[in-house]
Amino acid sequence: MIDAHDITVALGGRPILHGADFAARAGAVTAIVGPNGSGKTTLLRALTGDVGHTGRLMLDDTPMAVIPGHRLARRRAVLPQATRLAFPFTVLEVVRLGLIAQIGPARETLPQRALAEVGLKGFAARFYHDLSGGEQQRVQLARVLVQVWEPVTDAGPSWLLLDEPVSSLDIGHQIDVMALVRRYADRGGGVVAVMHDLNLTAQFADSVAVMAEGRVVAQGAPAAVFDDARLSRVYGCRLRLNTVPDGPVPFVLPQTAGPVAAAGS
Amino acid sequence: MVALASGDLHAPRARPAGDRRARARWTTAVLMLLLAVMGAASLTVGASEVSLWRALGMLADGETLPLRDRVILFDIRLPRLAMGVLVGAALAVSGAVMQGLFRNPLADPGLVGVGAGAGLGAIGAIVLGGLLPAGLAGLVGIHAVPLAAFAGGWVSTMLLYAISTRNGRTSVAVMLLAGIALGALAGALSGILVYVADDAQLRDLTFWGLGSLAGATWAKLAAAAPLILLALLATPFLARGLNALALGEPAAGHLGIRVQRLKSAAILTVAGATGAAVAVSGGIGFVGIVVPHMLRIAVGPDHRYLLPNAALLGALLLVGADMISRTIIAPAELPIGIVTATLGGPFFLWILLRNRAVLDL
Repeated sequence: MIDAHDITVALGGRPILHGADFAARAGAVTAIVGPNGSGKTTLLRALTGDVGHTGRLMLDDTPMAVIPGHRLARRRAVLPQATRLAFPFTVLEVVRLGLIAQIGPARETLPQRALAEVGLKGFAARFYHDLSGGEQQRVQLARVLVQVWEPVTDAGPSWLLLDEPVSSLDIGHQIDVMALVRRYADRGGGVVAVMHDLNLTAQFADSVAVMAEGRVVAQGAPAAVFDDARLSRVYGCRLRLNTVPDGPVPFVLPQTAGPVAAAGS
Repeated sequence: MVALASGDLHAPRARPAGDRRARARWTTAVLMLLLAVMGAASLTVGASEVSLWRALGMLADGETLPLRDRVILFDIRLPRLAMGVLVGAALAVSGAVMQGLFRNPLADPGLVGVGAGAGLGAIGAIVLGGLLPAGLAGLVGIHAVPLAAFAGGWVSTMLLYAISTRNGRTSVAVMLLAGIALGALAGALSGILVYVADDAQLRDLTFWGLGSLAGATWAKLAAAAPLILLALLATPFLARGLNALALGEPAAGHLGIRVQRLKSAAILTVAGATGAAVAVSGGIGFVGIVVPHMLRIAVGPDHRYLLPNAALLGALLLVGADMISRTIIAPAELPIGIVTATLGGPFFLWILLRNRAVLDL
């Protein structure tokens, strides 16, 4: 599991995270939600080692910082929010970059299988920079999948760390991608995803960390963590939760909270 | 796609669409062949009518070559050909590596001040070399100018990278502007050195600054070859890392690449190849930007195939340009820098126009 305790990050002298606690276990989808500027992406970047931080960060009882990069690369893959490429790569060539970290058999066929997984079968020969933002994001997801293809290896469970994996996708592909990471977790892998959409989070996440002002204010199952008061306070607007008729999954519909004009008063 | 029955040995090996590796290998083979042909032609063409074929025929018949033919073939044309191959490969590969490092198809050592920095090193070695203790001067000997050019190129590449990269992202505009400033500064310092140089040094500087392969000798070749060969030998170890770096520095790190080490090695490679090329041939422009760009269109940006193909095409281009420079106004010679700039300048503008929309300027 990934266990982060008392993570503090300052960027350019400005504190971004103030002692954030966060935990994610393999076999589950863990979401990080919160308003813009609450520190979601910074927390993910602390988990991936991209920003310096104080506090304790462990992967299966080993401090993350002492694991060599090439070994870490076989345990966890990271999807950035958006990736621009300066050179004319084909889709297949981008996905093949994920193989840099891979060892083992069946490497050659992985990129094609990953493209099929993200719904981009037949896109292999297209140029990456000709694709839409949402398609590019799914190409990058395929690259990330190729890097840690097996949810569980001899070294332990593999991890997908995803920064807003669905924010540039249409609703159909949002659901496809969330179902894909859901399957990855069900097969034993770990998934950490920064999310904006509270409803997709409630539908697909096992655990959700709610962030506000550089802290994790609550973490737990969506049904336990999402409540009207907390979400309204964190997001600074009136929100009301409901549950779907045939289950305990909560959903947020701003329309049900009354007229917007009333929120400012 | 047709599924191939297993065991069908005559079926072509299925390559998925979007995979340009087979094409890249074919390109390598074709470029090798063309370089061999071009090399033979280059040994045959020149101000005198000495022909490689006649010489080979005479050797095959057991005759000895006349001294004049021998000198022209083996002491004038052959070192010049070897120099063209090495310098062309060095210029193209240093361009390709630099573009990979900066994630930017416009980064070229000649354009962004690295060539000027290397030139400053070379001029410094010529003008100030006499100040070295005799023992040290004897030790570095003919290598002083290439090594100083290497050092100058190294310092300017590091400065340029430090200035134009922030949070793992390189700004094209900052890189180009910083390159102009660094180039101007190196040019000014070079000017001061030229000003204080004595007559003998000025003569050396003039010969050096002609920017051509005309002065190629075996001694000059021996001075430049080690640095260039080292740089070329380093490229296979950079290729995978540069591929990952195309995704950005953090993403390359997530793929297990040791990014700091890769960057240092890439900067050393660029400086070594550029420094040695500048030291022996002055500034020959545009090879480093034209060759990688053409190859990215032909075989894709995968550095495992781009770098060796760039070495071959760079060599081919420079040997060809040298033949033009030797023959177009024969018996006089046009400096090769003029030939490459005449061909490369418009090509560079074409790249700019094509990429105007996507370049992050």
